[in-house]
Amino acid sequence: MKYDLPTKEGYFGDFGGRFVPEILIPVLEELEEAYNEAWADDTFREQFHHLLEEYVGRPTKLTYANRLTDHYGKAKIYLKREDLCHTGAHKINNAIGQILLAQRMGKDRIIAETGAGQHGVATATACAKFGVDCIVYMGAEDMERQKLNVERMRLLGTEVRPVTSGSQTLKDATNEAIRDWVTNVEDTFYIIGSVVGPHPYPKMVRNFHRVIGDETRRQLQEAEGRETPDHLLACVGGGSNAMGIFYPFIEDESVKMYGLEAAGLGADTDETAATLTIGQPGVLHGSMSYLLHNSEGQIQLAHSISAGLDYPGIGPEHSYLHDSKRVNYISITDDQAMEGVKLLSETEGIIPALETAHAVAYLDELMPKTSKDEIVVLNCSGRGDKDMGTISKNIDH
Amino acid sequence: MIKTDNRISQLFERHEGSEKIMSLFLTAGYPDPEATVDLILGFEDNGVDMVELGMPFSDPLADGPTIQYSSNKAIEQGITMAKIMEIVERVREKSDIPIILMGYINPVLRYGVERFCQDAAKAGVDGLIIPDIPIEESGILSDQAEKNGLPIIYLVAPNTSDERMRKIDKASQGFVYCVSVTGVTGAREGDEVAQSVQRFIERVKANVTHNPKMVGFGIKSHEDAQRIAADMDGFIVGSALIDTIREHYPEQGWKDEVFAFVRDLKYGKR
Repeated sequence: MKYDLPTKEGYFGDFGGRFVPEILIPVLEELEEAYNEAWADDTFREQFHHLLEEYVGRPTKLTYANRLTDHYGKAKIYLKREDLCHTGAHKINNAIGQILLAQRMGKDRIIAETGAGQHGVATATACAKFGVDCIVYMGAEDMERQKLNVERMRLLGTEVRPVTSGSQTLKDATNEAIRDWVTNVEDTFYIIGSVVGPHPYPKMVRNFHRVIGDETRRQLQEAEGRETPDHLLACVGGGSNAMGIFYPFIEDESVKMYGLEAAGLGADTDETAATLTIGQPGVLHGSMSYLLHNSEGQIQLAHSISAGLDYPGIGPEHSYLHDSKRVNYISITDDQAMEGVKLLSETEGIIPALETAHAVAYLDELMPKTSKDEIVVLNCSGRGDKDMGTISKNIDH
Repeated sequence: MIKTDNRISQLFERHEGSEKIMSLFLTAGYPDPEATVDLILGFEDNGVDMVELGMPFSDPLADGPTIQYSSNKAIEQGITMAKIMEIVERVREKSDIPIILMGYINPVLRYGVERFCQDAAKAGVDGLIIPDIPIEESGILSDQAEKNGLPIIYLVAPNTSDERMRKIDKASQGFVYCVSVTGVTGAREGDEVAQSVQRFIERVKANVTHNPKMVGFGIKSHEDAQRIAADMDGFIVGSALIDTIREHYPEQGWKDEVFAFVRDLKYGKR
C-alpha cells in the first residue's frame, strides 16, 4: 500500500485543505514553497537533526517495559521515550523545525497558541535558543489552570497574552493567534502546535515529528531484529505525537495502530473531547476534519482531564486514517486515564503526562488479546510533572 | 453566469452618477431577531443600497472584537440558520433591497450545502460571501450556488498578487469585495487605512475589470468612505454600525440614532 498524502492541494481524502481568508493565501503559498525547499535541502535537514541531537536530546530511548510486560503476561511492551525530550514532551521537535524555517524565511516575529502550555513552553524555549521575539496566546482560563507553564514561558522571555474571547481556552487562543497573523502577515511566523490548521501545516508538523517513528524502526531492529511492531499506540488530541510515530509505519499493513482520544466523563456525555468517536466533519481553524459541533455548526467546548487533549477538532490526516480504517480510534475516560497514570508510575517508575496516560489505559483492553510473541510499542509522549496538581486532586491512594 | 434579474446586478446597472453605493453588514439576530428585520427595512429608507447579513459563528477568526461580540450575542439568544432564512423572508415581504448572506462555511456545511442554497434562494437571498472559502476551495459550494442562482462574491486583499486578483475577478459574481487593509474586521483610525490603501486601489483598478468593486474593512465615517472608495463603485461598513447599535440599544429611540448614523455615513453630516 503506497501512501503519499496529502495531495498537492493539501487533502487527505476528503479532509484538510485551506479554508482561510484571502489574506492568508499568499502567506500559506509562501510557507509551502519555503518548507518544500527546506525539507529537500540537506543543509536544512542536517541543521534540524543536529539541534535534535545536541539540544533536544535525541534519539530518545526505546525502553523495554519489563514489569509492565509481566503485569499482563502477554506481548512485549516497549515505550518510546518522548518524555525524555528537552522540555518534557515531543512538542519541541516541531518547535525547532518551524523556528529554523522561520529563520530561513527571514521572519523575526514568532507567535503561537497554547492550551495546556506545552507547545507554548516548547516554542518559548526554541525562541530563547534563537534569540527571537515570541508571543504566545493562551486562554485566560487555561492560564489560571496552568500557572506553572505560564511562569516557565515568561522566564524564557516570552510574552504570554491572555485570551478573554469565547470560552477562553485553546480554540480561542488559536482564533486570536490567527487574528494576530492576518494583521501582521509581513513579518510574523505562526508556529502551530499540532497537525492541524490549513495546508501545509498538517504535513509540515507531521514531518517534523516523523523522527519519532523513524527512530522507533531502527531501535526495534536493534532490540528485536525486526523493524515493525504488531501494535502501535499513541494518544490523540490534535494528534501530533501520534502522526509522528504512525507515519513511518502506515505502509506496513501488519502494524495495527490505535489512536486514543479523550472521552472526558464519557463519549456519551457533553463533557468529552472524543472528536472521532462522536464528531461530524466540518471546518475549524482552516481545515476540514471531524469536529465537535452542534446541529447549527457552532463549535462545542471539549472536556478532558488532560488539557492537551481538550480540543474540539483533530488533525485532518487522523480523520482520513479513521474513515479509511487504517487506524483504530478509541476513546478513554478521565478515570481510565488516571488508572493509566498509576499503572505506569508503579510498574516502570515513569510518571506519564495525562495525555500519554490515555494510551497506557488502553493496554487493559488490548493486552489480553495479544500473544507472547508479539510486540507493542506505546508512544510515551510526555512526562507527568506538569500534571501533578491535577493528578493529586483526582487520585485515590 | 449571474442572472440578469438578480438584485445585486440590477443595483450596479441602475447605479449612475458619482454617489457611492453603500452596503452595510449586520449580524443576523443582533441585537435581536425582530430588530434585525426592522433595521434592514429602515436602512432602505435611509440611503442603504445593499445589506450583508452575517450568519453568526462561534469562532469568527477573521473578525475583530465588535463582530465577535455581536455574533456571540446572537448565538446566545438562539439564532439558527432557519431563523436567518425567516429574517430574509420577512424583509422580502416588504422590500427589494439586495441581501447577501455572509459568514463562515461551517454553519453552512452543517445545515447542508444543498439545503442551504435552496432555502436561501427561496427566502430571497441574492448572493453569498464566505470569507473562509478562497477560490481554490470553491468547489464545495459553487455547484449548488449556481444551480440556485446565488452568485458567490470573492475577496481580494492588499497582499493578493495581480495575477491572483485577475483570477478572483473571473470567479467572482456580482462584485469583488476589496479588503482595504490586512487584519481583522473593525473600525480603524483614518490614517491607518489611508497609508497603504492607495497602491492597493491602483492595483485593484488595473486587475479587477469584469466586476464592480466594493471596498471594506476599517471604514467608520462618510469622510473615510469618500476617500477610500473614490475610485470604487461603493463601500461596506460593518463594525462601525454594530458599535453604534451597541452604544444605543436598547434605550428609547435607539433605532433613530442608528438610522441617523447610517444617513451620515452615506451623505455626510448635514
